[in-house]
Amino acid sequence: MDLTEFLVKTATIFVVFVLTLVIAMYSTWAERKVAGFIQDRSGPNRAGWGGLLQPMADAGKMFFKEDFIPALANKWLFIAGPSLAMLTAMLASAVIPFGSTIRVAGHEVAMQGVESNIGILYVFGVVALGVYGIMVGGWASNNKFSLLGAIRAASQNISYEVAMGLSLIAILMMSSSLSLGEIVAQQHGMNWNIFYQPLGFIIFITCSFAECNRVPFDLPECETELVGGYHTEYGSMKLGFYLFAEYINMFISSAIISVLYFGGYNYPGMDFVYQQLVKALGADTGHNVATLIGTAVFFGKALFFIFFYMWVRWTIPRFRYDQLMNLGWKKLIPLAIFNIIITGAAVLFLKPLVTAWLN
Amino acid sequence: MQLTNRSKQVSNKEMTLMERAYLPAIATGLAITIKHFFSKKVTIQYPEVKRYLGPVFRGRHILKRDEEGRERCTACGLCAVACPAEAISMVAAEREKGEENLYREEKYAAVYEVNMLRCIFCGLCEEACPKQAVYLRHDEFVPVFTERDQVIWGKDLLVEDMNSRYTREAWTKEEAKALDAKRASGEVTNVVPRAIP
Repeated sequence: MDLTEFLVKTATIFVVFVLTLVIAMYSTWAERKVAGFIQDRSGPNRAGWGGLLQPMADAGKMFFKEDFIPALANKWLFIAGPSLAMLTAMLASAVIPFGSTIRVAGHEVAMQGVESNIGILYVFGVVALGVYGIMVGGWASNNKFSLLGAIRAASQNISYEVAMGLSLIAILMMSSSLSLGEIVAQQHGMNWNIFYQPLGFIIFITCSFAECNRVPFDLPECETELVGGYHTEYGSMKLGFYLFAEYINMFISSAIISVLYFGGYNYPGMDFVYQQLVKALGADTGHNVATLIGTAVFFGKALFFIFFYMWVRWTIPRFRYDQLMNLGWKKLIPLAIFNIIITGAAVLFLKPLVTAWLN
Repeated sequence: MQLTNRSKQVSNKEMTLMERAYLPAIATGLAITIKHFFSKKVTIQYPEVKRYLGPVFRGRHILKRDEEGRERCTACGLCAVACPAEAISMVAAEREKGEENLYREEKYAAVYEVNMLRCIFCGLCEEACPKQAVYLRHDEFVPVFTERDQVIWGKDLLVEDMNSRYTREAWTKEEAKALDAKRASGEVTNVVPRAIP
């Protein structure tokens, strides 16, 4: 790898990280705004126009609070917990394809941190590590409520990861590729996976709610039962990191949903737009502008799902723990397996028939 | 006994498949919340927009003057006696010759102080006053203070300014009740507020 390529990759990763952080930051603002709007209030509106400086104010507050560590807590693990949560949340954004390619001086630069042929496996691996952040933090707090919250989070994440992985298998059977870039490229135009995998989509989105520890599956921090759950003992920026990691996870999973099921940067009529732009602006500029439009479409989809997360949060009450486990093991996993069988049958028998009929 | 017609009979019947699927119920819920998302917000942006608190709201005190601009207060001390929080204190003085245009009676309050930290805004001083001198304004609050000496209000803050007089639609409970009845029957629609009790 020569130096230019290395620098370009570094810059891309940097941009991706900054974008992820900014979106997560403004998700905290959006969450409060959406909560307010749904409850007929107006939400934060004092710091800056429409409360837009609120995340800065919150972060400032978090930074200047006393960084307290309980006397009997395991000091190193107590610090490692939020760091791990933050790290794993950030890592997953590296492989998400934000757009197709940008042409600069004859070079094609992919709008993606790392193009990996096992992208989706990488995402799953990193997201599965996220539970360590919660588990380590909950254990290190030396508090029974924290530990219970952490154990809940761990068992919930592991349970729902199974159904999530199984629902994903159906997508992989259709695309026969693990690369996220490849999966998106196959959904060109309006050929989105949601039309082939509605059941898989419902299973996947339910599981991603559980993976992000969001309502209705926010049992790890269930304040009626567990005080504050795994972050009971946390304060200051360490608590901030835990909450922030949740919002980053939310953005990552929204991005993954839009990549896997809603065609990422693809939108209907994109070929027509591409041709018009190339005709009007020349091959390189036209291509770049078309890519940027695709990226905007991608972010639109991802932001819609972030909104959907919030919308659901302020609509549905929390599940009971046994209901959560029943739903995960007895409903979603059998449904996901059923979905795999249906998809397998369709790929084997229906697809050749349809292709033959179309030709 | 039935209080509302919104109560529902509890039933333990088996849920149908549609109900057990859970998703239609969630969709209904989401529809309700998105309706609220776009509905008009009930919040009043307080410091910028102040809503009318009604004609009987008890805000800050005012010492009224009469139509010729003379202070009504005669320093009888009934308000101070009536005050359950012991917030009012005063020093009486005798009216000199040539001060007839300043004070209505022969005796007046040389000092009249209300401790706004003690005051509970019950309005008993207003009811006790035989000269209709002290009132709690329905349109103004005691503003936020930052120093302790801003809390005790003297005559400089309390006595009415003749250039912007405090006006009310009704000055007594009886008057207010009569006015309400007239409004309800449609006899009167708008009442001009007046400055003199």
